[in-house]
Amino acid sequence: MSELIKVGMADYKVGISPNNLISYGLGSCVGIALYDNITKVGGLAHIMLPDSTQARSAENPAKFADTALPLMLSDMIKLGALKQRITAKIAGGAQMFTFANATDIMRVGERNAEAVRAMLKKMDIRMIADDTGGNYGRTVELKLETGIYRVKTIDKGEKEL
Amino acid sequence: MSSEILKLSAMQLDALREVGNVGAGNSATALSQIINRKIDMTVPQVAIMPLGDVPDVVGGPDAMVVGVYLRVFGPAPSSILFLLPRDSAFYLVDMLMGREQGDTTSLTSMDESALMEIGNILSGAYLNSLSHFTNLTLLPSIPALAMDMAGAILSVILIQLGQMGDHALVIETEFTSDNDGVKGHFFLIPDPGSLTTILAAIGVKG
Repeated sequence: MSELIKVGMADYKVGISPNNLISYGLGSCVGIALYDNITKVGGLAHIMLPDSTQARSAENPAKFADTALPLMLSDMIKLGALKQRITAKIAGGAQMFTFANATDIMRVGERNAEAVRAMLKKMDIRMIADDTGGNYGRTVELKLETGIYRVKTIDKGEKEL
Repeated sequence: MSSEILKLSAMQLDALREVGNVGAGNSATALSQIINRKIDMTVPQVAIMPLGDVPDVVGGPDAMVVGVYLRVFGPAPSSILFLLPRDSAFYLVDMLMGREQGDTTSLTSMDESALMEIGNILSGAYLNSLSHFTNLTLLPSIPALAMDMAGAILSVILIQLGQMGDHALVIETEFTSDNDGVKGHFFLIPDPGSLTTILAAIGVKG
């Protein structure tokens, strides 16, 4: 029986085939899928903010790009994944509303995506797909049997990364 | 902000509910006059909830909604988000544009303007009474509109709150028009720090 594991906002989950991981309605948040194609162990993080060091409180490490990724990676390794084999696919980081004078607050999607890329690089994890930006929401699903990362949108279609 | 909002007393929450009540009452009247229909509203919910639970208030993160978003400027900066389920938004557009019910199946830029104007009027009515109540001058920005998944739209305000903590203070009212099932959710989300200003202005210190 394959189970569909839901990942909420500011959360991450790891799993192993035949289960799948899904996170609904990403806007400016970024959904990061990590996957080891030999053990079929994967993780999906739904991060909200780029950097825990700039936040006034860091109660929930799954909220930030820089703290969620190392935790998720170590949970995947506990399930048998090998770090050298793990690759990353990312999606999200949209700007949902457009104002004439876009402030930093409005650009958070872009900053989230940048922070995720930088963190992956720092952790030495190869990023093999990137579907970020735009002004629309995304629902993402990581298929743990194949590593396919499916990105669904309302009127921008559906794609498999 | 978590620490700040988790410390609110019952009396302070009541005061915020009352602020929401008066504001939303004004908005409901405005909406009712524009579309010439009776509008009911729920007593505002003042809830402190984990950030990730907020999308459930409007039917889950993947519910299709239209959101009109405004920033509030002044001594208590806040965000206002007026969320309508997509069908309600289409229905409202039918009414506003004088079309047959069910004619609208996607939004033209003119339709979007109409909905933004509704957001504008509701926010104006709400802020007017909030300003009155608090003696703070609160002014709305121009509105912005998006039609998408509820989670994606709410992420805009939840991310701002996420910088301060893991909980959101949500002042939310649901509008309904019983004959035709038009439904909308009106959120006022004070920026971190603004809550203290609002509470001090209405004289409830805790």
